[in-house]
Amino acid sequence: MKPAPFAYHAPASVEEAVRLLTTLEDAKVLAGGQSLVPLLNFRLARPAHLVDINGIPGLDRIYERDGGVALQALVRQADAEASELLRSRCPLVPEALRHVAHAVIRNRGTVVGSIAHADPAAELPAVLLALNGEVHVQGPRGVRDIPAADFFRGVLESALEPDELALEAWFPAFTGAHGIREESRRHGDYAMAGAVRAGDRLALFGVAPTPVVADPHHPAKDIRPSGDLEATPEFRRHLVEVMTRELFAA
Amino acid sequence: MRVNGVERPLPHDPRTLLSDHLRHNLRLTGTHVGCEHGVCGCCTVLLDGRPVRSCLLLAVQANGHEVTTIEGLAPAGGPLHPIQRAFHEAHALQCGFCTPGFVLAVKGFLDAHPNPSDAEIDEGISGNLCRCTGYANIRKAVKQAAAQAR
Repeated sequence: MKPAPFAYHAPASVEEAVRLLTTLEDAKVLAGGQSLVPLLNFRLARPAHLVDINGIPGLDRIYERDGGVALQALVRQADAEASELLRSRCPLVPEALRHVAHAVIRNRGTVVGSIAHADPAAELPAVLLALNGEVHVQGPRGVRDIPAADFFRGVLESALEPDELALEAWFPAFTGAHGIREESRRHGDYAMAGAVRAGDRLALFGVAPTPVVADPHHPAKDIRPSGDLEATPEFRRHLVEVMTRELFAA
Repeated sequence: MRVNGVERPLPHDPRTLLSDHLRHNLRLTGTHVGCEHGVCGCCTVLLDGRPVRSCLLLAVQANGHEVTTIEGLAPAGGPLHPIQRAFHEAHALQCGFCTPGFVLAVKGFLDAHPNPSDAEIDEGISGNLCRCTGYANIRKAVKQAAAQAR
């Protein structure tokens, strides 16, 4: 038995899920589980309650709204990667998804879950930030949209309240110049550093506690990346310079 | 949950991982367990036909779904599945520990890419680790299985 004990809840509707999140102390939402379950297996996370939203029907749509594309909470990364709608309206998203872990992980992992998890080295939060996307959430006080610029607060920390459920990620349609670069020691690992271009906007990941917007002309100016076994701060800054140059050379 | 076409009980404790449920409770020990955090790919099974990591799924989450393990790919005592045969013929295994995960990952991969390029094959098997350095032959086996299926 790897995870510590928890009470398991499988709500059948969004309302029931929000009710559970509102009433339960120390509850965590389980969607694709590709980040959460490793944390449970290592007992780095030991929530008292798991609210598994996988049984909620009608929460796996990719659809157009408000001049962009919305992905609901149970859209698997593999399905977003193959989505014709995203490829035509928002091609940066499927391109970035190819860098997210491995194909088998993407069969289960969700786009919204990856954003809500707010890992600073993850691709999708940086893509949301580069595109000025939003997270649509529902809580006991109703629904609200949180712009990407306000959503990411720190390492694995977002503006989601404990009683709120992230329902959709919304990406504005964008077919201009775009791209993503990242460098990792092993294929499929989290990036040592990465960069996302959407038009004139540049977002960096893996170099700060959250994804950050940077100046394409001086991308490493305001970042103070940490060093670890994989990369020194200087090497991360170097990677950022090189990747930005490549992205904006086209 | 259905495992290899047969209705099987769920575990009593919701924190039981699918990998552990298959091995310890259902005695389907063909699913191997390596890293237990989604990196090595050993424990890959099919969930409703799609390869997933069974160590990153709670067994209760398979409720109402169809799980296929390596035992379900070809009937016991019968001929090998074409992918298993290709692995055998191309010498795509040495110790065999990673093989069930590879075979099921390749099954899902070839179902989605019946005519894969070399680059797609490399991408398709990149989520599984083999420490006997068998990748060249594994790549060969995937090509052979794809050719046989056509």
